[in-house]
Amino acid sequence: MKVLSLNFLTCAVKTCKTQSTSYPLHPKDAELVQDDIELNQDFLINLLPRIDWTALSTTATELGFPALPPTPPTSEELRADAKTLRDLHSLLLETQMVEGKLVCASCGHEYAVREGIANFLLPSHLV
Amino acid sequence: MSHPTGSHVTVGADAKPEPSPTTTTTTTASTSTKLHPIRDAAAQSPEAYEDEHVHSVYESIAGHFSSTRYKPWPFIASFLRERVASGSVGLDVGCGNGKYLGVREGADVHMIGSDRSPSLVGIARGRGFDVAVADGLALPFRPGCADFVLCIAVIHHMSTRERRVDALRKLLACVRGDGQVLVYVWALEQSSSRRGWDVNSEQDQLVPWVMKANQNKKDKESGGNEGVDTTYERFYHLYREGELEEDIRAAGGRVLESGYERDNWWVIGGHTEKTEKS
Repeated sequence: MKVLSLNFLTCAVKTCKTQSTSYPLHPKDAELVQDDIELNQDFLINLLPRIDWTALSTTATELGFPALPPTPPTSEELRADAKTLRDLHSLLLETQMVEGKLVCASCGHEYAVREGIANFLLPSHLV
Repeated sequence: MSHPTGSHVTVGADAKPEPSPTTTTTTTASTSTKLHPIRDAAAQSPEAYEDEHVHSVYESIAGHFSSTRYKPWPFIASFLRERVASGSVGLDVGCGNGKYLGVREGADVHMIGSDRSPSLVGIARGRGFDVAVADGLALPFRPGCADFVLCIAVIHHMSTRERRVDALRKLLACVRGDGQVLVYVWALEQSSSRRGWDVNSEQDQLVPWVMKANQNKKDKESGGNEGVDTTYERFYHLYREGELEEDIRAAGGRVLESGYERDNWWVIGGHTEKTEKS
């Protein structure tokens, strides 16, 4: 599961949907792997408005990456900044969480990630 | 997750169902009451019924099922190739083996798949896709996060209307204000298919999937019995014309486009203009 995908995932528990603390999920005991993927500048620039930057900053820090700037770069800034493009590409698309847990800070439920697959099936008491 | 295999007929897939007593009618002096044994059985406990007649079946047939599902449907492929902008984020709810996750070439759209079946998700993951195991009624996606959602051959496995409408509501919740939800369901009107259902057929059906003995041998992980045919029955609610549109509206959405493709009804749904905000 790419770090990019983590930005689109939240707790599956119904009552957590309205709780701001349920997003983003927090990686725990995360094992990461780094892929080698060709950088697609236009894709990254077009993707940027879809990303919740605050959540991405939290996830990046929790996974041990250097802190992101407080606000996202504009598309013009990103186009002109090869290093930031490279760093974002590496974080979002080349980094995968393959083992560990994703924890909801609202209900405390821990979703297992095994072999790159997160399992969001809920135990019956949380359905 | 499942489609009729169309022109390429695979050994053992989707056998023609035996004539069943589900269409029996009883007439009393005052009223004419149609019996709906499948619908009534499902209504007792939809979750347990779908566990037995959908989830556990797909777990058992995953390998065989996946081997018969590789060709994208033309309209869905053209939707992904021609109507999705670069940089979009898409979800495929009920992604099965992931056959739609790689349709868009050029790696300029990010797709995340989810499915209720861990075995099918494992197959999709093995192909390198980003996938999660999740229930369609308890999706783990941030509200409004996606540009589009695919949900192909999934909703017809929900055994009550309430659950089908709820599932559509959950899909709509995933897309942003101007986002699109493309839904395919099996049609009741397929008199030219080898199943021969038509408008007068029972809408709630158990459809057999036959795993041939030789397939069981090849695919021991599927849980079949080596050397014997195994028949699994999957629950389907066959949609009549206009019903999917009604369900989209009941879910609080609006119909942007709809049509029929090879024994399936499809709809592109979105938020109503009142709730639309980008």
